[in-house]
Amino acid sequence: MALVALRNVTKTYPSPERNAEAIVAVDDVTLDIEAGDVYGIIGYSGAGKSTLVRLVNALEPATSGSIIVDGTEITAIPERQLRGIRLRIGMIFQQFNLFNSKTVWKNVAYPLTVAGRPKAEIAARVDELLEFVGLTDKARSYPDQLSGGQKQRVGIARALATSPQLLLADEATSALDPETTQEVLALLKRVNREFGITMIVITHEMDVIQSIATKVAVMDGGRVVENGDVFEVFSNPQNPSSQRFVSTVVKGIPSPAELAVLRERHEGRIVTISFRDGDASQAAVFVELAAAGLEFELVFGGINDIQGRAFGHLTLAIRGSDAAIDAALAQIAARVDVTEVA
Amino acid sequence: MDRLFELGSEFWVATVETLYMVSFTLLIGGLAGLALGLALYTTRAGSLLENRAVFNTLNVVINFFRPIPFIIFIAAVQPLSRFVIGTGIGNNALIFALSLAASFAIGRIVEQNLLTVSPGVIEAAKAMGAGPFRILRTVVIPEALGPLILGYTFVMVAIVDMTAVAGVIGGGGLGNFALVYGYRQFEPVVTWAAVLLIVVFVQGVQFFGNWLARKVLRR
Repeated sequence: MALVALRNVTKTYPSPERNAEAIVAVDDVTLDIEAGDVYGIIGYSGAGKSTLVRLVNALEPATSGSIIVDGTEITAIPERQLRGIRLRIGMIFQQFNLFNSKTVWKNVAYPLTVAGRPKAEIAARVDELLEFVGLTDKARSYPDQLSGGQKQRVGIARALATSPQLLLADEATSALDPETTQEVLALLKRVNREFGITMIVITHEMDVIQSIATKVAVMDGGRVVENGDVFEVFSNPQNPSSQRFVSTVVKGIPSPAELAVLRERHEGRIVTISFRDGDASQAAVFVELAAAGLEFELVFGGINDIQGRAFGHLTLAIRGSDAAIDAALAQIAARVDVTEVA
Repeated sequence: MDRLFELGSEFWVATVETLYMVSFTLLIGGLAGLALGLALYTTRAGSLLENRAVFNTLNVVINFFRPIPFIIFIAAVQPLSRFVIGTGIGNNALIFALSLAASFAIGRIVEQNLLTVSPGVIEAAKAMGAGPFRILRTVVIPEALGPLILGYTFVMVAIVDMTAVAGVIGGGGLGNFALVYGYRQFEPVVTWAAVLLIVVFVQGVQFFGNWLARKVLRR
């Protein structure tokens, strides 16, 4: 059984204007998040990502559908009981949302106090967490004395305080510069590996998904339009919305403008060959083309690595007789994806 | 100047009366206002204990009483004062009227200051499983403490101002002293002595309030 199971979940808000239709933030979403997953949820702002993740810890009640977290149907239980469930779900935020009136130490201790843990246990746990995020020397500092990356590390320590099974990250790196982003992502990766904590990571940055997620769901207009293994979605996106996102990080597919330039500069037929881990090697393709006596050059392309699996797109300009090219492409197409682009 | 020395003991009594009225009003009105402000804050749409009926009622009540000029308000609540504290005149009756008026003003100020607390911080506390009362006590009030202190300082200065009309219901204090012994007896030195003492008092309060707020905000 999945750790988090969403079944036909819908969330609507009443329209701010009278008699207008309700706003549908999340539209009939069905999704399973297995224990140990780092599940990325990507989409443009307004796609419903933030609402979706707030349904999981019931900060927002679902309008309809079923949400089961660790075996408990949370759409049907009273607020008081939900608080107990929230103790088992950590959450980190884009704006960190630290308590500015409390020291770093007290920020991290807060959820433990809420959980009613004994003082000695709280002290030991807070010290341990600050050690884990590398902020032991900042224990007595206040949040406004920290850098953005340090604030998010406090946020992570605070979210982990009660040893949750699930961590929700709402655009956790979007307010950080690229270098700090990598630092925080590395920390999240450690959290997943060392503690086996399942994560739902919301982002509009595809490279966040690329670097930490194992699974991904693409949201558009409140719906999950595509989901699955990150490698599958990245190497072979089906939905136009996913394709747009993937093209922002996966280099190698020429845009229409780039294609026009390629067309002008190179003679012959322009063909994009897509390789995926497990497909025939590039060498086999090139051998095939050479054996057919065709002249070809590499005009555009890129190879990507996702979780140790490679895929890429190479665009070739191929010259020779049409019949010979067709024959060679037919041979190659049996092994890899071939698209004649121009 | 000689007249001021003759009035030494009255001046002293008036000073103590002002301090008495101000401190009790601040205590009673301050607590009532805090409760009112918290109620307004928590029941407003989208807040911790959203309750449209309670919010609207409080809102209307406050908006009804706030614009009444204090000198008229004193007269208007006199019957209520007799009923609640047994007298409609004197310093205690003034404290009653003033606490009531101040609690409406303080309620608004508390509400406004609490609204400066970032909703994200409250959401974070909720996500950690904290209930509404715990969030109010351990997050909302501490986060807004600096502005709250400045708000109360502002109110305290206004209360000093309002105690000056205590004379209309037979109360005392420095305002009454300045009017009775200074203004009506053509003794500007006496009037100004009271004025200066009030100024010094207000400055002291403001200075202390600023210092405390800075300390809380660590700036």
